[in-house]
Amino acid sequence: MVAVSKLIFKYPSGTSIQFPDFSVKKGEHFLLLGESGSGKTTLLHLMGGLLRNYSGSIQVDETELRGLSESDLDRFRGQKLGFIFQKNHLISALSVEKNLMMSPYLAGLPVDDNRIDEVLSTLELSPKRKSNVTELSQGQAQRVAIARAVLNKPSILFADEPTSALDDKNCDRVISLLLEAASHNQSTLIVATHDSRLKDKIRNQIQLN
Amino acid sequence: MSLFVLVWNYIKARPLNTAINIILLSLGIAVITILLLFSNQLEQKITQNARGIDLVVGAKGSPLQLILCNIFHIDFPTGNIKLSEAEKISRNRLVKNAIPLALGDSYQSYRIIGTNRSYADLYKAELAEGEWWKNSLEVSIGANVRDITKLKLNDQFASAHGLTSGGHAHNDHLYVVKSILKKTNTVLDNLILTNVESIWEMHEEHPEGEEDHASGMSVDSTFMPSRLVATVAADDSVKEITSVLIQYRSPMGAVQLPRFVNSQSSLQAASPAFETARLFSILGVGVEILMGFAYVLIVISGLSIFIALYNSLKERRYDMAIMRSMGATRSKLFISLMLEGGVLTLLGSVIGLLMGHGVLIILSTMVEETQKAGISGIVFYPQEWIILGGSVLLGLVCALIPAIQAYRTDISKVLAGN
Repeated sequence: MVAVSKLIFKYPSGTSIQFPDFSVKKGEHFLLLGESGSGKTTLLHLMGGLLRNYSGSIQVDETELRGLSESDLDRFRGQKLGFIFQKNHLISALSVEKNLMMSPYLAGLPVDDNRIDEVLSTLELSPKRKSNVTELSQGQAQRVAIARAVLNKPSILFADEPTSALDDKNCDRVISLLLEAASHNQSTLIVATHDSRLKDKIRNQIQLN
Repeated sequence: MSLFVLVWNYIKARPLNTAINIILLSLGIAVITILLLFSNQLEQKITQNARGIDLVVGAKGSPLQLILCNIFHIDFPTGNIKLSEAEKISRNRLVKNAIPLALGDSYQSYRIIGTNRSYADLYKAELAEGEWWKNSLEVSIGANVRDITKLKLNDQFASAHGLTSGGHAHNDHLYVVKSILKKTNTVLDNLILTNVESIWEMHEEHPEGEEDHASGMSVDSTFMPSRLVATVAADDSVKEITSVLIQYRSPMGAVQLPRFVNSQSSLQAASPAFETARLFSILGVGVEILMGFAYVLIVISGLSIFIALYNSLKERRYDMAIMRSMGATRSKLFISLMLEGGVLTLLGSVIGLLMGHGVLIILSTMVEETQKAGISGIVFYPQEWIILGGSVLLGLVCALIPAIQAYRTDISKVLAGN
């Protein structure tokens, strides 16, 4: 599903960083571990096509990212990948429903009402469908962000530090929600984190330093 | 879901900001619309009212006053002129047509004009009902006069001396309404037409004797009727009128006639075209100041929209990065900001245009003078499309820099930023 080899990325400041080779099979979940500054987020952004101009090879869903034009990469990202960040970054001007609708719209896919119903109900958000996102609790907002990421049934779900700001109880809840959502949609989950609490939850791990 | 829905929700999410931008722009647009409608209609009315009249000859005084009084019927007469002198002018070979006007009385502030049928023909007047005035004290009234005074066919009324309401009433002579004219959208709608003799009759000391005398003259075999007023003998040395409206036979008239008239000590000639141009250049200063004020408002609103979009860019950095991560192309973000600027100014200009028309509609129903001048709010000019297009362009220009910034958003940097 993801194969990285001889990957080197050069920051605009001039320093460059080399990543270990690894590959992830379909349906496998992976943990990307490392301290702050170890390049976890950079690697995640590279795999997610948010950063370009690398040397080496990144294959995602059997596609070499370097080979895609910028707009092809945008479409690929929208249709094949889902992202979850430490902060939820919902669009506050839109309702829950419209936030979700943005996902297929921006990916160039048809907006399917039944699919939105389905995702909302599995995440127990159905009553909040028409709510403004500013009225949601922290936990609800996080579930909306997960719903938005999985709505297009992405092949790969990337999560960047989804739990590091949460207490133990919520950390447990969020990681199991993510695992559930990923397996429910047949997505591969890749989590970048320095949160050691997650080591017990996902067996496949890549250590960066 | 569409970009428009997204943009509309962003606009709705900042109601105060949106309101101030739209109010600023719509005020500016409203002022421009009012000026456009007002000056266009005024110019149209003025050319309509002065159509077919090349020269006005009257008593010495201000030439502008002569025009305002005898063509637009808003100022007071400069004085009277001898009928015999007016006749001398009308006999000039360069004169094709000469129409006498005798002013002095009014009814409920509507002017009674002593003249002949040629005057009504100037404005292509047609009868709505009744028949043209024939004898003294018979009148034809304009459409607005009927609407406001509620006079009907064969109604009798007493005129008041002077041109404003509240003058001394001529109670011993009553006019009778013989016809009502169709609306012409000219000054004629606000006038009461009769013959010149009626005006004289109102103001003569011994009306009975004079009238007998005049009718006695008409059977005299040596009687040469005046070219201007047929019941009076040519070269009558007593009768006076207010002015004569003149049409030239050839362009040569424009060169020679004014000089010829002005050389006569008691007469003055004024050209409507020249005087109205002069009037517009005087009014123009005021219009330009108002226009300038409107443009300042529009520029400020443009600036305000630019600042609003630029500031919202900071708040929306994450929104944009997230949208990019969901597959939005750079150009989609660019278009969404341009759309936001365009929608804001489109709203502002549409509201401004409606406000401009609304103000004129209210003005034309509340203020009698606007009504009399025939200024309406329900008239549309092609220039309004230019206003609309111009404002949308303004919105796009104001949104350009923020849109370029959005286009350049570095997703990775923003998302990794905190």
